[in-house]
Amino acid sequence: MNHFSIQNIRTILNKHKDNKTPLLAVMEELQSYYGYLPREMLIMVSERLDVPLSQVHSVATFYHGFSLHPQGEHVIQACTGTACHVRGGIHVLDHLKTKLNIQAGETTSDLEYTLETINCLGACAVGPTVVTDGKYEGHMTTSKIDHLLEKIEQES
Amino acid sequence: MKKLDTPQELDAWRESCKNELDHDRLRLRVCDGTGCRALGSQHVLTALRQAVNGNNVEIMTTGCPGFCEQGPLVTVDPQQIAYQQVTTKHVHKIISDTLGKGEVISELLYVDPSNGQPVTTESELPYYKSQMRRVTDLNGQIDPHQIEHYIAHKGYMALSKALYDMSPDGIIEEVIRSQLRGRGGAGFPTGVKWKFCRQSPGDEKYVICNADEGNPGAFTDRSLLEANPHRIIEGMIIGARGIGATEGFIYIRSEYPLAIENLNIALNQAREHGLLGKNILGSGFDFNIQLRLGAGAFVCGEETALMASIEGKPGEPRPRPPFPAQEGLWGKPSNINNVKSWASIPSIIANGAEWFAGVGTEKSKGTAMFSMVGKINNPGVVEVPIGISLRELIFDAGGGIPDGKSFKAVQFGGPLGGCIPAQYLDTPIDYESLTDLGATMGSGGLVVADESTCMVDLARYFMNFTQEESCGQCIPCRWGTKVMLDILTRICNGQGEKGDIETLEQLANTVKTASLCGLGQAAPNPVLSSLRHFRDEYEAHVYDKRCPSKVCWK
Repeated sequence: MNHFSIQNIRTILNKHKDNKTPLLAVMEELQSYYGYLPREMLIMVSERLDVPLSQVHSVATFYHGFSLHPQGEHVIQACTGTACHVRGGIHVLDHLKTKLNIQAGETTSDLEYTLETINCLGACAVGPTVVTDGKYEGHMTTSKIDHLLEKIEQES
Repeated sequence: MKKLDTPQELDAWRESCKNELDHDRLRLRVCDGTGCRALGSQHVLTALRQAVNGNNVEIMTTGCPGFCEQGPLVTVDPQQIAYQQVTTKHVHKIISDTLGKGEVISELLYVDPSNGQPVTTESELPYYKSQMRRVTDLNGQIDPHQIEHYIAHKGYMALSKALYDMSPDGIIEEVIRSQLRGRGGAGFPTGVKWKFCRQSPGDEKYVICNADEGNPGAFTDRSLLEANPHRIIEGMIIGARGIGATEGFIYIRSEYPLAIENLNIALNQAREHGLLGKNILGSGFDFNIQLRLGAGAFVCGEETALMASIEGKPGEPRPRPPFPAQEGLWGKPSNINNVKSWASIPSIIANGAEWFAGVGTEKSKGTAMFSMVGKINNPGVVEVPIGISLRELIFDAGGGIPDGKSFKAVQFGGPLGGCIPAQYLDTPIDYESLTDLGATMGSGGLVVADESTCMVDLARYFMNFTQEESCGQCIPCRWGTKVMLDILTRICNGQGEKGDIETLEQLANTVKTASLCGLGQAAPNPVLSSLRHFRDEYEAHVYDKRCPSKVCWK
């Protein structure tokens, strides 16, 4: 378990040393580094910041941006904002669910894909919008989804 | 670059920045905002850079000018030829024909849907012509990563004036006289709010920028944050000077990675040049700004929840009073304003309160930014004088409704706002008129519905959103929204029962009255306003088992 190292925590805490209340910022860094919040790391954060683990857990479960479970290799986010909704974003999401055989918020059993919904990316004029591993795709359709998934398969 | 120690040094730097920003130069301005990126602007940019390699052509990446639907946007200067929907296959033609021979490529021009005529230059585009761009004037005109561009366009001149020619009380008086009202939605007079915070006892005070634009379908703040972050920073420093704050926070949602990147760059530049930090411009005034990222909770747009989140806690709202001006962040007097309010400050200080109040209506002054989405020809961000009619906004700037369909309603303020139907198209858009109709200015997000949009389904969509985003702290919001959603879902599935509409109405009023914070108090608005204007659609669903727009139970 070298991966969950105390060194990592030190580096992250050091980055936020000017922050009076760094808990949220530190957890955001962990989420972005590991793709989720590993239990081992949360215990270390709680000890280092002298914040009760119960409080760490309450922050971890309050915000949608945090996950307590490992994410898939590829994270696919379908925007469910209003603009995407009125342009048929729900069909795009349904198609993703069918293709990946998982519900939103779930990860495939081979840890290949995580499917998430996201509340408006602000790219409303080009909706329905889908983000794959941080890359934005506008004007999505079900056939474009097929194409996108094929491309990910080929590249990996 | 050494730190600027005096206003004179800033003026001298401005002169040299202006000289460098040669207006007659051959230049390709490429929009690199979130909208254009989603449509492939980065591929176009790479191809353009390779193609012009070695030629005397400057490529400038800009933030979002708002004309998102037509992206990727490339504008050729000095002629300002506006190309739309540019792809990599057009790159060589742009270089050889337009840059080489001065020819306009007609297939890349925008065609005005009202007369079928192509439009060549940026300033002739109907989209921009119907706007009054005061806060957004530099969006799309400058590179947000280059502080020099902002400086050349009078950037930080207002700050210099505020620090050297005005007293803190004078700054606040100027903002009060401008009659600027908070652009976050509530419309409270900004200057008055500042005065409360200034008068609150305490040595430590904070100013906060609410950039947690969580309303699904609104992106005015995103476009400003991406395209011109320095204007927001300058506004915050001026406000901090007036209020007497020494520290500022920008709370921005993590769903806006490009805005975060651009803000970080801008904050570092401002610090390096002595415009932020200790002894700003040699005036003795100290002020710094930290960035705080949201973690995906809509309720954090509510000011007390936002402050709880900055304090590293779950973003749960608390009752007011005490107001933030009395007891805010860490219990200290704090002042929170929306991105657009902060961005309005520099020009009020530079041009004076009268200039700002010169447009607008009696009670609502200045311009307002709106993002328009849904069933509209030109979705995007616009800035117009407050008080223009809905018709002008939707049909002139927005280009009307696509596919020959008819306009049904427009939803103002997203899940916490209300809808306005077609018979009120000539209503002036200002805080009071919208409230009278059961809608709200909100933070400027508009969703346009045409005849094929079901208003009951839209209300269900918004209720689903607020129900999921309710923090769960108070019962009226936690349970009320859930039961309302259940009823709406039943109605939309064709299983509505007699009495459902009445129960919905009753519940809506209870949730509105009894909820703790703005989220719960406003969550029933979409239901109440659609019931007010489109009760017949609800009745058709419940009694005739029919969806007039043919959206539900297909």
